[in-house]
Amino acid sequence: MTPFWILTRAGFRRHSTYRLALLAGMTTNSVFGVIRALLLLAALASAGSDIGGYDAPTAVAFVWWGQALLGTVNLWGFQEVKDRVRTGDIAIDFLRPVNPQLAYLAGDLGRAGINLVGRGAPAILLGGLLFDMAWPPGAASWVSGAVSVVLAVVVAFSGNFTVNLLAFWLVEIRGIYLMWMITGGLLCGLYLPVPWFPNWLRTIAEWSPFPSMLQIPIDILAGRVVGAEIIATMATQVFWATALLVLGQVVLRAGRRRLEVQGG
Amino acid sequence: MAESTLAERMRPYRVLLASRARAQMQYRASFVTDILGTIGVGLAEFAEVWVIFHNVDVLGGLDFTGALLVFALSNVAFALADMLVGHLDQMPRYIRAGQVDAFYVRPLPLLTQLMTSDLSLRRVGRLSVALVALAVALTTADIAWSPATALLVVLTIISGTAIFAALFTAAGGLQFFLVDGAEFTNAFTYGGSYAAQQSQQVFPDPLRIFWTFVIPTAFVAYLPAVAILDLDDPLAPTWLAWCTPLAALLAWGLAALSWRLGTRHYQGAGG
Repeated sequence: MTPFWILTRAGFRRHSTYRLALLAGMTTNSVFGVIRALLLLAALASAGSDIGGYDAPTAVAFVWWGQALLGTVNLWGFQEVKDRVRTGDIAIDFLRPVNPQLAYLAGDLGRAGINLVGRGAPAILLGGLLFDMAWPPGAASWVSGAVSVVLAVVVAFSGNFTVNLLAFWLVEIRGIYLMWMITGGLLCGLYLPVPWFPNWLRTIAEWSPFPSMLQIPIDILAGRVVGAEIIATMATQVFWATALLVLGQVVLRAGRRRLEVQGG
Repeated sequence: MAESTLAERMRPYRVLLASRARAQMQYRASFVTDILGTIGVGLAEFAEVWVIFHNVDVLGGLDFTGALLVFALSNVAFALADMLVGHLDQMPRYIRAGQVDAFYVRPLPLLTQLMTSDLSLRRVGRLSVALVALAVALTTADIAWSPATALLVVLTIISGTAIFAALFTAAGGLQFFLVDGAEFTNAFTYGGSYAAQQSQQVFPDPLRIFWTFVIPTAFVAYLPAVAILDLDDPLAPTWLAWCTPLAALLAWGLAALSWRLGTRHYQGAGG
């Protein structure tokens, strides 16, 4: 077995220890799912027509896939590396025979896996039970949707990882991290679909990596994006995944040269 | 000792709170960053309302000004409650670290100690966003001002804060049982706050009843807003808006019960 696969499995098992926490997370996601779905349905009823390509079942799917994938795609929670840089523990990561970025990516993919199974799947089933929800329109949507979710996990991870690495240069990156979280939360399509935004905000969102973290997989799974368009949106994800992974490597190398660990 | 005045009994809390406030302001840059952060959170929450009204004119019987008033009232109340007792969210951490035991050996009640153990001044950021929204909503909306309306606004903010504080306290009590499942209570603290921000007309009747009589977050903003704006909603008569303090009492009844059960259940950290 390759180290990458072993680390992925370790990440999966590490996060599957806290089963009650998974159930608790799913409960909260579902409460938000119910409220936001009703809110969007009320908005659609008030508009009397589709908004931005979403009819009622697609809008419900948008909300519930968003809540289901919230635990899978790590939009906010990743601050481990920042603390390791500050304490100097990152030096130990450099000593290991695996590239730190890939090692953390493997762990994060494992974490995403258990969250998808333990938290996302029950949430989406509940959403389908409670509401008239659009399911993926065909096998192609299921398969490309699944790949798109993996890509979303990679984009979110590599973005977060790079932000964490700024701790090599700044003692406290809390401010930058907050900015990243707030902008990301708004532009990734968690609260409302990006196509509902006013044009200027939509343009900003579409030029940012954030929709690749949530909006794109949701749109494929909700069936708003189909056919050849799927390939185009996933190409955007592949671009951001590659760009952010490469950027992360560059920053990691620069940080490694800068790192100075006391004592030992 | 029995003769001690209220001012004397409050003194330890005043000292504690003042020390918390001073501590937070020691690291100036970090404090300013945190405030900017909570301003950002407030603005992002507002963006959700604003984007919806970019697409529709009316939502759940409210126009933009009405929705802004509901948003503002609930956010003012939530930000105040969060600032005062939001750190009860950290109960699992206190329990795991054995810090609760440290509180128990001091000669002050546990709950009041916990409440005064922190004062999250950084949350003034979110509060200020909410206050600006409230000022805009109250000045631009078509309101027939009278002393009663003004009284209702003040009463709503106080009772709304009490309701959210009660939810945080109830959640704190449950943490003694949950520990690892701490996020369960987010469903009704943060979920309740999200529900409070909405026009209750978006909910089907059973859910409206739930948010009115079980977890009374409808009283925080929507019911008073309907009375203030004199809107027409048969399920939200004006007299119900004036019951907001009663809802706060009900919420505190539940909170007290939950806290009692929790502290009775607690066996210590084994130190």
